[in-house]
Amino acid sequence: MKLLLEMFPIALMFASPIVIAALGGLFSERSGIVNVALEGIMMVGGFAAAAVTVALEPSAGAAAPWIGMLVGLASGIVFSMLHAFASVNLKADQVVSGTALNILAGGLTVYLSQIFFRQQRTRAFSTGLSKISVPVLKDIPVIGDMLFYEMYPTFYVALLLVLLTWFVVYKTPLGLRLRACGEHPQAAASMGVSVFRMRWFGVLASGALAGLAGGAMVLTQDIQYTVTSIHGTGFIALASLIFGKWTPWGVLGAGLFFGFSQALSFYAKDINFLSRLPLEFFYFMPYVLTIVALIVFSGRSVGPKAAGEIYDAGKR
Amino acid sequence: MANKRSKLAVPLVAVLLGFLLGAIVIVITGKSPLAMVLALGRTLTGVDFSGRGDYNPRYVGEFILQSLPITLTGLSVAFAFRTGLFNIGAEGQLMIGSLAAVAGALLIPAGTPFHAVLCLMAAMAAGALWAAVPGYLKARFNVHEVVVSIMMNYTAWHFSNWALLQFGSLDRVKTPDFPVSASLKSAFLSGLTNGSRLNWGILPVALALVVFWFVIEKTTFGYSLRAVGFNKDAARYAGMKVERNIVFSMMIAGAFAGLAGAVITLGTFNFGRVLPSMELYGMDGIAVALVGGNAAIGVLLSGLLFGMLKAAQPLMQSQGIPREIASIIQSSIVLFVAMRLGLEALIDLVKRNREARP
Repeated sequence: MKLLLEMFPIALMFASPIVIAALGGLFSERSGIVNVALEGIMMVGGFAAAAVTVALEPSAGAAAPWIGMLVGLASGIVFSMLHAFASVNLKADQVVSGTALNILAGGLTVYLSQIFFRQQRTRAFSTGLSKISVPVLKDIPVIGDMLFYEMYPTFYVALLLVLLTWFVVYKTPLGLRLRACGEHPQAAASMGVSVFRMRWFGVLASGALAGLAGGAMVLTQDIQYTVTSIHGTGFIALASLIFGKWTPWGVLGAGLFFGFSQALSFYAKDINFLSRLPLEFFYFMPYVLTIVALIVFSGRSVGPKAAGEIYDAGKR
Repeated sequence: MANKRSKLAVPLVAVLLGFLLGAIVIVITGKSPLAMVLALGRTLTGVDFSGRGDYNPRYVGEFILQSLPITLTGLSVAFAFRTGLFNIGAEGQLMIGSLAAVAGALLIPAGTPFHAVLCLMAAMAAGALWAAVPGYLKARFNVHEVVVSIMMNYTAWHFSNWALLQFGSLDRVKTPDFPVSASLKSAFLSGLTNGSRLNWGILPVALALVVFWFVIEKTTFGYSLRAVGFNKDAARYAGMKVERNIVFSMMIAGAFAGLAGAVITLGTFNFGRVLPSMELYGMDGIAVALVGGNAAIGVLLSGLLFGMLKAAQPLMQSQGIPREIASIIQSSIVLFVAMRLGLEALIDLVKRNREARP
């Protein structure tokens, strides 16, 4: 039990970028555009956040990582424009375009690191994001230690974004139009909704959130950006989106689950029955579980119906 | 009519634009694009064009070596594409194939006749089985093969990193060296190219190209696979077993990728390697297949093109151009091919302008 309490801050640190990026995927897929480039966008966001943090630390101090994360968000938007342009305007295969972005991200970030820092990675920043404790709430017994004491603020950002996503997607006209474009774009178009604009919005929102997630990840879990900083978290985010059945609260649950399973790999040696399992087991478990989830969901129509389909206005 | 011509024109224009974009990136970052051209020329021919003009065939050997695995993953992706499937899982199939080759090399007694051939076959079988999973799930449950394959890539990576260490390792980075009988290394080919790592791996690659061409273009089985790719419902109506074809197609694609893993492990290296990150041969395969138009001869040519780009990386790095320019060029070529509609419009525009002129 004590172990579980100790695990909380670490698990939530792992979960936060997963949840934020998966919310990005939610916006994109709900609008009808599959986004396998979450990984690549996270790399770009992580690189930008790390580079800006390194540059601003001497002058801006503790504000530097926050500015870094915002720049990560902005660069995620810019980078995702490529995906939006290719897959919305030019009707490119969305998986091909996303794959291209993933390769490009690895090349571009390390190329720029070599130009700016003359090495394969960014220079190390001195602190990154610092942990915070929430006054008053941290004194609540048990829960205070679990959720409010010495926590990375990215977790609260993730929670806020879940709430915001839920509100936008389910409670506003914008969200209704977005979802309609992912289910049946021709029907949405017949009601005067611009499918192009909605899908651009969906992809750019995914760029913003995945870029932010990349920054949040590098600034809490790393000391610098390297090409392995993101190591598949974008795909875990994609898995969370599926596991969470394309809903914000489901994404939160799935992200927390994957966060805990990662934290467990650190603590496994202290838990008797887990210590016999190889470490790698914890690494690949999320992916295996996602495949199982896909099979379980397969009979029912869970995901957005038109996601991945090229929009053809004349189709009925 | 225009369709046939644009089949060739789109990849060509995409490649040109990709290199142009690469050159622009190099200029913007204050380096010389000429250094890139020289590096590519030296890789392709072995001749130093920068003035001294000396000739070193080792560059050619390394360039062909780099082309081998990505030609195979290219065939893997292309084969699936022809059946209407997207095999983004060549990466994982390759790693599992490599693992099977390691197992074959270390577990089969050294000196067994055809030891290396047995290892290659084990790798193909392992790759095929790994790829059968997304194929079966697609056929049986209609689960999208892309998502399953992505998840299986990461599973393959972590699993094979664990499994490789079970063969005993001193440094937790590589397995013991293979016996000579399992190796594809060739003193002859290496000597021919001034000590490059070129090896007998070229034989299975050549064979794979022929098999791909024959199966897809010349057999009834290949035709029924292509028919499923063209129109699933029509193929079903014509009495073809669509579900079975999907599984078979993924398995054959997986066998090509598994073979690529064996060619790297038994040829380029002589031991199994624990990978700190994926090496993206499967992603290279997507680029190779797209640019090669999913046909054997096209895959061979684009495999050589991207192999050249990969092999030129160290030379460019030594000229002060970060080696990652290769993946920037490669990914933009993929993006341009994906933007086929835009490129076709562009080609049309240029053509019309030329015709409009007196």
